[in-house]
Amino acid sequence: MNIIEAVEKDIMPVSRTINFEVGDTVKVHYKIIEGNRERIQVFEGTVIAIDNKGLKKTFTVRRVSYDVGVERVFPLYSTRIAKIDVMRKGKIRRAKLYFLRERTGKSAKLREKKTKSTVKTFVPVTHEVAPADETPAPDSGNAQ
Amino acid sequence: MTMKKSLIGKKIGMTQFIKEDGTLIPVTVCELGPCVVVQKKTVEKDGYSALKVGYGDAKEKRVPKAQLSIYKKQNLAAKRIMREIEVFDDSLAEGSVITCDIFTEDQPVNVLGTSKGKGFAGVIKRHGFSGGRETHGSNFHRAPGSIGAHTFPGEVWKGQKMPGRHGNRSLTTKNLKIVKILKDKNLVLISGSIPGRKDSIITVIEK
Repeated sequence: MNIIEAVEKDIMPVSRTINFEVGDTVKVHYKIIEGNRERIQVFEGTVIAIDNKGLKKTFTVRRVSYDVGVERVFPLYSTRIAKIDVMRKGKIRRAKLYFLRERTGKSAKLREKKTKSTVKTFVPVTHEVAPADETPAPDSGNAQ
Repeated sequence: MTMKKSLIGKKIGMTQFIKEDGTLIPVTVCELGPCVVVQKKTVEKDGYSALKVGYGDAKEKRVPKAQLSIYKKQNLAAKRIMREIEVFDDSLAEGSVITCDIFTEDQPVNVLGTSKGKGFAGVIKRHGFSGGRETHGSNFHRAPGSIGAHTFPGEVWKGQKMPGRHGNRSLTTKNLKIVKILKDKNLVLISGSIPGRKDSIITVIEK
């Protein structure tokens, strides 16, 4: 194995399986530190890109807030991500959904991917992540 | 006088380090050591004190014969690089091995390396001249312009910034921090970038 890849595996702070795909609507619970206090901010939107590899893997979430498009890039292995909820699976045909930036209204919506578990009542898949000071659960696996 | 600890190694490449609070730090992964002490120079005998150390495995036929004889004298395996470092520990004798555990995490260090060669470069790339405008009838683009004084004394001063070979010279990046030490792999993660390409030989010196 490449030395850099081995090092990244060693220094990975959280073990996290990616539980969403491009096109999915996700809720990212992100820890915000204000002085000594810590609170959770939720950012909900469509995953339009998953970039890079290894420890540097990031994903871009896009939402339209008050008619203004907002995109946030999250590092997947950041200790500040408390958890990621998948709200809806999207039906897509390409890896990067940058075309959504040009669209508004109904044409900016993605069709829902129908799977057996999501036909009628969709139960959001919650991926719990161990807090940074604890060791991650052994069953959560490694995303590499 | 306490001498600064230093160690020879090579640059592996760059990645990120995520701290517990989520801060991302760009880090350079370096392999440091193990280095073997080949010769100890003393003030009495050589006029100055130094440790001559060897780093990296090498085939005997690739090592200069002058160096090979030194290794043979000490009954050591031939090494790829031989360099001198300061004597930071008097107990180190010929044949002893120095590893990266001489450093500690969060320690500030200087890194000495050879920068990437850029070939023959003009003054804009080499010295940061601003050049002239590209359009609006300008005939002055990337040339250095006037290099001398007025008609009198009509002289080009020594050290005038001119085009020439750029890069490929010894550089020290100062005041970098050791972020993490992976002792079993002889790897050290240093914050920020260091001179040179991947696999280039570096010396890390305690600040």
